[in-house]
Amino acid sequence: MKPIYMDHHATTPIAAEVLETMMPFLTSDYGNPSSSTHVYGRVARAAVEHAREQIAALIAAQRSDEIILTSGATESDNLALKGLAYRQAINKGHIITIATEHKAIIDTAEFLKKQGFDVTYAKIDAYGVIDLQNLRDSIRADTFLITVQAANSEIGTIQPLRDIAQIAHEQGILFHTDAVQGLGRMDIDVVRDGIDLLSISGHKIYGPKGVGALYVKKGIRLHPLIHGGGHENGMRSGTLNVPGIAGLGKAAEIAKRDLIQESERLLNLRERLRKGIESRVDLVQLNGHPQQRLVNNLNYSFSFVEGESLMLACRDVALSSGSACTSASLQSSYVLRAIGVPETLAHSSIRFGLGKSNSAEEIDHLLDLLEKHVRRLREMSPLYEMAREGVDLDTFAWTPHDHHNH
Amino acid sequence: MDAWDDYTEKVMDHYENPRHVGTVENANGVGVVGNPACGDVMKLTIRVENERIVDAKFKTFGCGAAIATSSMVTEMVIGKTVEEALAISNKAVAEALGGLPKIKMHCSVLAEDALKAAVDDYRKKNANTGKSEK
Repeated sequence: MKPIYMDHHATTPIAAEVLETMMPFLTSDYGNPSSSTHVYGRVARAAVEHAREQIAALIAAQRSDEIILTSGATESDNLALKGLAYRQAINKGHIITIATEHKAIIDTAEFLKKQGFDVTYAKIDAYGVIDLQNLRDSIRADTFLITVQAANSEIGTIQPLRDIAQIAHEQGILFHTDAVQGLGRMDIDVVRDGIDLLSISGHKIYGPKGVGALYVKKGIRLHPLIHGGGHENGMRSGTLNVPGIAGLGKAAEIAKRDLIQESERLLNLRERLRKGIESRVDLVQLNGHPQQRLVNNLNYSFSFVEGESLMLACRDVALSSGSACTSASLQSSYVLRAIGVPETLAHSSIRFGLGKSNSAEEIDHLLDLLEKHVRRLREMSPLYEMAREGVDLDTFAWTPHDHHNH
Repeated sequence: MDAWDDYTEKVMDHYENPRHVGTVENANGVGVVGNPACGDVMKLTIRVENERIVDAKFKTFGCGAAIATSSMVTEMVIGKTVEEALAISNKAVAEALGGLPKIKMHCSVLAEDALKAAVDDYRKKNANTGKSEK
C-alpha cells in the first residue's frame, strides 16, 4: 500500500477538475496558439488567455497580460533575476535577498555575482523572518532588486511582504517574491502587497508539473532568457504548453475559490498535529515561526533521534527531513543551518507538509507512529543515554567532523 | 523514491529488529565513534574473556543503514577472538547485509570504527591491569 502523502511542499497531486480541464488539449484540441489562421489555433489561444485571466485573478493582478507563462517557478525565478539584471547597461548592480530562499533564487544570485553583480543576504532572525532594519541598511545606490520569498518551503515562515515592498519602493527598487509555497495557502494580492514580480508554480497548487508563471507588473521590461519566436511579448519564446497552461489556470481558479475554507481546514489539522506532538513527545523543538507560518507546515526536531531513521519508522507516511542522510550531498538542510539550528537538531528534523488529501484520522495515525518510534529510537540512541547521564554533548570529544571522508 | 527503497530485506530486518541493543553490563571495552553534527554516533560495548568477545551490544544515533550495520556487526563479532574481529572490514559488514546503497557505505565505516575503538579500549585497560581478564 502506498504511504499517506504528507509532503505537499515538494509537490501536490493534480486535482481531478484540473486534469479534466487539461484533457481536451492533450487529445482533440491540439492546436498551436500561434496559428491564427484556423480554428485549432484559435481554440488553443482562447484556452491560454482564459488561463492567464485565472492566474491573474489568483494574485489579484489587474491585467492578464502581466502574466508570463513559463516552465515552472525555477524558470520564473531565473527570468526575474537575470531578466532584470541583464537590463543594466553593464554587469553591475546590487541584489538583496535572504539565505533561506529556494536554490532557484540563491544559485541564480550567485551566478550573477560571478558575472559582476553584487548580492547581499539580509539578516534573518531565529525563525527565519527578515530583519527589516538590516534590509534598509543593506540598500545601496545601485540596488535594483529585493527578492524575498512569500513563505519558506521547509520551515513555513511567512515574510512581511508589504513591509518589504514599502522599503523597496521608498528607494525606487523593484520587489520580487517567489510565492510558490504561499499560493493557495495565504492571501496574496500583488497590488495591495506592492509586489512587482511574483513566481508561481503549477504543481504546488494541485496543477501539473512543468508549467509556471511570472507576474511582471505592467511597464517593467525584462531581458529574455529564451530567444525564438517572440512569444509572451518577446519575454519568453517557445510554443506554449497549452494543456499545462490550461491546467495551471484551473488550479489557480480552485486555489482562489477554496482559499478560505481550505486554509481553515489545514490550520485545524496542523494544530491537531502540533498539539499532539507537543503533548505526546518530549524534547522536541519547533523550527520556524510559531504563528507567522504556513497553515499546512510544521517542522520539528526530535532530539537524539536521526531524521532518516524516524522517517523510515514512520514510512506509512511520506514525509521529508533536513537530515544529511536523506540528501545526496550528505549535507543537512541549509535552511535550518541559516536560522541557527545546531547540526545535531538539523539531522533530527522532520517536515510535515499537509494538503487536501489529509484527514484528522491520518494525523492521529501519524501521532501514534511518532510517539512509539521516537521512544524506541531514543532507547537505542547513545546521545539520549549520554544526555541523561549528564554528559555535555557539545563539548564531548567526538570523532572529527570529516570522518565521512574515509 | 524513498531514501530507503534501496535497502535490502536484511537491512530492513536489522533496522526493524535490531540485535543486541543496549550496553553490556560488565563490559571491558567501550568504543564511541562518530559525531552528532554529522548525523551518526555509535557506541559499542564488548565483553572480552580469554581474548574472545563473549558479548557485544550497541547504541546508535543514525539512519536506518547505520542502525542495521551496528546490529550486524554485533552479530558478527560475538564468539570471535579479538584478532578475528579486527579483521572484519566495513565491506564485510555491508556484504553480510546483502549490500548497502552506495551513498550509505559510510555508515558501515562507523561500525568498523566502533569495533576498533572498543578493542583499543579493551587493550588499553588490559595493558593497565597487566593480565588477561577471566
